Order: sequence, then C-alpha cells, then structure tokens
Amino acid sequence: MGCAKPPNERESKIMVKVTIEINDVVHDADVDPRLLLCDFLRHDVRLTGTHVGCEQGSCGACTVLFDELPVRSCTMLAVQADGHAVRTVESLARDGGLSKLQQSFTDCHALQCGFCTPGMLMTLTPLVESGQRLSDAEIREAISGNLCRCTGYQQIVDATRHALDG
Amino acid sequence: MKPASFEYVAPATVPEALHLLADDTVDSKVLAGGQSLIPLMNLRLAAPERLIDINNLRDLAYIRDDINGLHIGAMTRHTDVLASTSVRQMTPLLHEAAGFVAHSQVRNRGTLGGTLAHADAAAEIPVALLASNAVITARSIEGERQISVEDFFQGYFSTTLRADELIVDVFLPAMPPHGGSAFNEFSRRRGDYAIGGAAVVLVFDDQGICESARVALLAAGPQPVRAPASEGLLVGHRLDGELILAAAKAAASSANPVTSIHGSAEYRRAVIEEMVARGLREATQRAGV
Ligand SMILES: Cc1cc2nc3c(=O)[nH]c(=O)nc-3n(C[C@H](O)[C@H](O)[C@H](O)COP(=O)(O)OP(=O)(O)OC[C@H]3O[C@@H](n4cnc5c(N)ncnc54)[C@H](O)[C@@H]3O)c2cc1C
Ligand code: FES
Ligand code: FES
Repeated sequence: MGCAKPPNERESKIMVKVTIEINDVVHDADVDPRLLLCDFLRHDVRLTGTHVGCEQGSCGACTVLFDELPVRSCTMLAVQADGHAVRTVESLARDGGLSKLQQSFTDCHALQCGFCTPGMLMTLTPLVESGQRLSDAEIREAISGNLCRCTGYQQIVDATRHALDG
Repeated sequence: MKPASFEYVAPATVPEALHLLADDTVDSKVLAGGQSLIPLMNLRLAAPERLIDINNLRDLAYIRDDINGLHIGAMTRHTDVLASTSVRQMTPLLHEAAGFVAHSQVRNRGTLGGTLAHADAAAEIPVALLASNAVITARSIEGERQISVEDFFQGYFSTTLRADELIVDVFLPAMPPHGGSAFNEFSRRRGDYAIGGAAVVLVFDDQGICESARVALLAAGPQPVRAPASEGLLVGHRLDGELILAAAKAAASSANPVTSIHGSAEYRRAVIEEMVARGLREATQRAGV
C-alpha cells in the first residue's frame, strides 16, 4: 500500500458525469466524487427537503429512496447514484395535495419543528405504499433509525397507524 | 464535514477490481455498502486516495445452498441476509444476528463482506460467523485462498486480509441435527451496537450430551473472540442450569471489555455473562434435547 498523500496535496478533482433520475426527472451533472448524495440533492439540484443532521449515518434525517429502498443519503456518494433512481420528500405531494402519510402527520401532530420529518416520511412511505399490515411494534422498528428530538415518537406512530388504516 | 478528495473507480468485473487493488502505488480502499467507510471519511478519520466501488459487482451478491451449508457473496446486503429463507433454515444464528444490525436504511446498503473486513468487535455478524465456524474466501490477482474465521480477526478493526485481497465469499456450515444456536445482546436502543452479547452454537449427541460448543462474545475485547474456558466446561456433559451458570461465568471472566461512556468494563462483563447464560439455555432448547 503506497503512503497516502495528504488530502491538501492531492491533484485537483476529476469530475465525473452522472445521470440520475430524481423524482421522475432525469438529471445530468458533473460531480466531484467526494460530493455526498445529500449535498448533491440540496445544493446542486436545489431540493432542500432532504435534511442533513449528523452526516455520519446516525440520525436518519437524510433518508431518501434509492431504487425504491430507504437509504441514508449522507453515507452515499452522488457518483454512486449514476444510473439509479432517487426519490426525495418533494415527490410525495402531488398536484398540490399532501400524500396520505403527510396528511396523517399533519392530522396527528406528528411534527413539531419538522427537522426529522422528511426522513421519517421517506422511511415510512414504502411501507404505507405497499399496503402491508403493520403492528405498532413493527412501526417502531421501522423508524428505529430515525431520531426525533422534539415531537416524541408516539404521535409519529399514531400518524403512521392512521395512514395505514385510513 | 465532507470526505477529503479521492479518485473514484467503479470496476465492472471482479478481475478489474483485483487489478486496481494490486496497484500498491496508490492508497486504495474498497467501497462496499459504505455504512462504515463513508462515515469514517466524512469524519476525516479515513482519507484514502482512491475508492474502488464494488457495487457494480452484482455477481458477488448471492445466497447459494450447498449440501453442507450456505455460500453467501461478499456484496450481499444485510437486508437480503435477513430476508433469506435459506439463511433462516440452514444458519439460523446468522439470521438472528442480522436482525440486531442497525436499522433498515443501513441494512439496505451494508454488506456481509464489509462488516467482516471492517472487523468491529461490537458488530454482530462477525461474532455470529466466528461461532458458526465460517470460512472466508479472499481473492487477489495471484489467486484465491480460504481463511478460517478463526484466523481472520487480528486486533482492533484489523484482519489478516492483505491489502490486495477482496473478500468474495463466505461459507457457513449448516446446523447439524441435534444442533441449536442463539444470538443475544443487550443495547440501550434498538439497532445500536451492543453493550455486550454472545453467539452460541451447541451440538449434542442423541443422548443429549454436548459434543461441541462454540461460544463467541460480542464487544468483549479488541476483536471478536471465543470463550474456550466456557466451551470446555460444556463439552461431554448434559447441560443443566448449574452448568450453564458456571459456563456463563467462565465466559465473562475471559472477556476483556473496555470501559466507555456506554458502560464500565465490570458492567459489560455482567451483561456478557447474562447473554451467554440466555444463549446456552435457548440453544439447548432449540437443539431439542
Ligand atoms: C447508524 C449506523 C448504525 C450501525 N449499527 C450497526 C450495528 O448495530 N451492528 C453492526 O454490526 N453494524 C452496524 N453498522 C455498520 C454496518 O453494519 C456496516 O454496513 C458494516 O459494518 C460495513 O459494511 P459495508 O458494506 O457498509 O462496508 P463499507 O463501509 O463499504 O466498508 C467497510 C470496510 O470494509 C472494507 N471492505 C468492504 N467490502 C470488502 C470486501 N469485499 N473485501 C475487502 N474489503 C472490503 C472497506 O474497504 C472498508 O475498510 C452501523 C452503521 C451505521 C451507519
Ligand atoms: S444526516 Fe444522514 S443519517 Fe444523519
Ligand atoms: S419534529 Fe423536531 S426533531 Fe422531529
């Protein structure tokens, strides 16, 4: 293994061309390999609904769907999304109307400051859309990787229950 | 807080990846699920010059039945391990352990090869593989070699894998008849790394005498470890409550956990003792003896 060059002495970045489908729209871009997917979404595509908290995979605020599966966009590079489909919280409301889950979050007071909400919604959306029956324990398990520091989890579980049953 | 600059390559085939890994003029790192490596890079605790992204190596993502056990490809995600019926039936310990790993978003990306190479003593899957007597296959441009899991871990976050080697496959022997296993851990929050835990695999003869015992401990020192003193007490005996408690005590006293904000060494040792005791009781019951 060669001795690593200190980062500040490394050659200037080589941009990589990517084609990423985001919320059903195809985006072509040149990205620096070290650009995180969350930062690409927020700063380059200007979709600021995806929130960034810890930037180390712990809080879940940055959760998006990657080929329909929830992942943390802070532990993925934008280059890795080349040729893949990403869905962010902006995809949920259609024709000005909230999705069933979003409406339930509003109705059941499942958000206070709203910081964790995009991550919660993107984690739960595939479960709600799949139409499966989930126990409260399974809902809690599903959001176990999403931290909420102000609302408390009970209303979030209630809202999910409401969306699943309603 | 972003990673330091690096060169990014995403080989399309295993041989291509191996050639890149063989280049020792560049400080390279393999990128699998990225669930350990990217956080480390975000924190600048790791700053490789080149990332070799192996996510396009789809032929390394498989779960294949063999007569004697299961072959699982290095790029198999934790989610797929957890969902696999073959894993649940043939190697129930791995299924149980994978259920404790992190959260769905992390499991959708994290891989079997990644968690092995990362070699965190508090990670569930390496400990389950140690208790299962797994065999790891590593490949380089020079060829392939099999590494017993016994010889794989080497101190804090270190393994005997060479820098030019890629983990490609893990073989897990199937649970024999009259065999039982159990994975137990205690953590403060669901999906967190454990304060302590244990993976247990017991095999009995048809008289109910313990023929072999493998007890591996979670978060019990710098690397995944077995507890030979505990195993020695079990082999050749029928397991009753008293023997189980003695074996759990022996395991705990061989453990070498560290004091941290999550718990003192003494507390962790007590947790490990209880997790071994629970594991031995469950494994015995599951073996049907
Ligand atoms: C919030 C959070 C919570 C977590 N909780 C847990 C937990 O409770 N329990 C747990 O066990 N894990 C946990 N993890 C870690 C997770 O399981 C990781 O997926 C795993 O440790 C590493 O796998 P990876 O595929 O993501 O590897 P990567 O992060 O891509 O790589 C890790 C290391 O392995 C090397 N590597 C990867 N694949 C190979 C290969 N095939 N051959 C050679 N080297 C390779 C890389 O170069 C790197 O050094 C957590 C992660 C996060 C972000
Ligand atoms: S910002 Fe990605 S998990 Fe916290
Ligand atoms: S609503 Fe404020 S953190 Fe969850």
